[in-house]
Amino acid sequence: MTQLALVIDLNVCVGCHACVTSCKQWNTSGTAGPLPDQRPYDDDPSGVFFNRVQTYEVGCFPDTETVHFPKSCLHCEDPPCVPVCPTGASYKREDNGVVLVDYDKCIGCKYCSWACPYGAREFDENNKVMKKCTLCIDRITDMSLPEEERKPACVMACPTSARIYGDVHDPESAASKAIREEGGYQLQPEWGTKPANHYLPRRKQQIHISEEELVRADNPLRKEDEVPFDQQSETLDDVAW
Amino acid sequence: MHPAFSVIFLTTLIGIGQGLFLALYTGQVYSLANLLPGQDSQGFYALGGLVALVFLVAGLFASFFHLGHPERAWRAASQWRTSWLSREVIVLPVFMLLVFLFALVHYLGWTQPLFTVSDALVVDLSLIIGFIASIVAFALYICTAMIYASLKFLKEWHSPLTVVNYTFLGLASGFMLAAAFSAYKGIDLVAFFGTWAVIFTLTAAIGRVASLMRNRQLRNQYDLSSAIGVRHPQLAQQTQGFLGGSFNTREFFHHKSAGFVNNVRRLFLLLVFIVPVVLIAASYFLQSEVLPMAAFAFQYLGLMAERWYFFAEAKHPQNMYYQQIA
Repeated sequence: MTQLALVIDLNVCVGCHACVTSCKQWNTSGTAGPLPDQRPYDDDPSGVFFNRVQTYEVGCFPDTETVHFPKSCLHCEDPPCVPVCPTGASYKREDNGVVLVDYDKCIGCKYCSWACPYGAREFDENNKVMKKCTLCIDRITDMSLPEEERKPACVMACPTSARIYGDVHDPESAASKAIREEGGYQLQPEWGTKPANHYLPRRKQQIHISEEELVRADNPLRKEDEVPFDQQSETLDDVAW
Repeated sequence: MHPAFSVIFLTTLIGIGQGLFLALYTGQVYSLANLLPGQDSQGFYALGGLVALVFLVAGLFASFFHLGHPERAWRAASQWRTSWLSREVIVLPVFMLLVFLFALVHYLGWTQPLFTVSDALVVDLSLIIGFIASIVAFALYICTAMIYASLKFLKEWHSPLTVVNYTFLGLASGFMLAAAFSAYKGIDLVAFFGTWAVIFTLTAAIGRVASLMRNRQLRNQYDLSSAIGVRHPQLAQQTQGFLGGSFNTREFFHHKSAGFVNNVRRLFLLLVFIVPVVLIAASYFLQSEVLPMAAFAFQYLGLMAERWYFFAEAKHPQNMYYQQIA
């Protein structure tokens, strides 16, 4: 059984909000209709977002660390929001485990949002239905896209590769490996919701440097003793203009 | 949680409608057993049933204001296997239909005995419909309360006391209305309904105070550390991801001061439990027909405050991610 999910690396997230804006851009222009905003340029702006990046300060000054915390639907394996829905608009896809809302069936009673302990769902005040992260279902299942683009918009946009997308039930997927090897954890596992999304904690950074990387291939000022390549004739840099 | 007036009106009004119907039916059963004088079918049971129906319709009407798409409300009957909300959506119209039939049978006077059980119990059509409706009334109390009690993350609601309180507060206010209705019609049942209303009010008081005491013990169920999974005693939220408001900051918090919430609690304890009991007791001695009506009016005002507090009291775990409202 497939369970698609995101693994979010808090170690490398820099809090740039690229995932937030790319998510908004993709999902407001998609087939499921816009994610409207209210008063976007006035006081007290508001609007629907599937993904938010929060920032936390850990520790006491001067020993502090800043943790940027991207927050979206966790696509729980036992989602508490689904059984409470009176219309069946909220459902979990059998084939890939993504939790979705059928916007044509939703009556906008907001009961699902009460049942979600993570606050992952947001009510669309313009269309009067509940909305939530779809894991870009219209991207990841679109076979007309090249395979490397069949990923959620937030994953495509992340400049630091802090978002790993994959099947957490497949032990060989990049997501499963990251969870296994980098100490991936779930949010509030005590609720028994079995969130599919995982987070990778802050940890000691390991840098892998090969020997070739220590030698500069291009060395125009010849500050080092040895020239890394056999120079037979003048190069462009040797010519004094 | 943010108390929505649509839901406050829905739960209090249908609770009264159910309670009033149960009061009428109790009266009918008592008079059958010759414990109470029999009442006029049209003037008492049919009109009383109509009043109960008005409260149920008003509650249903209020509930539509809670929905983003009321025109799709019929879909809400589909998930009765898993959703208590869906069960309520089915049981409420069934109960309304039964109350309508009960009132209609009395209005048309179809109360000729159908058969007699062991030469003592004379069964007519209204007795059968009323019996089924009584069971459905209690089922509706359970459905309404379980909508809240089934949410295990909302610890303040996740308790059998929620079901007890919805049931007894509905019964108390319904019997209070029956006493007021009898007083208005000048029927000699004020003392009967008033006594039961006081009994149910005092029982409801025990349950409600028990839930207040229980909820006061609920501390530190969850914290920011488990919310974001960072094990450190010093955690502070710097930004919550947006500058303005969002659904998350509006839906899950009452946005009132702690003092205001405490005052609402004191107000509802006074108006729901103390004032009506005093007024009903006074009406025994003064033989007043205004006092039972005043008792019902004050209790209903108190019930709205009680329901407001019920929602405001519940602390949603998602607020951990929004420390300004946590």
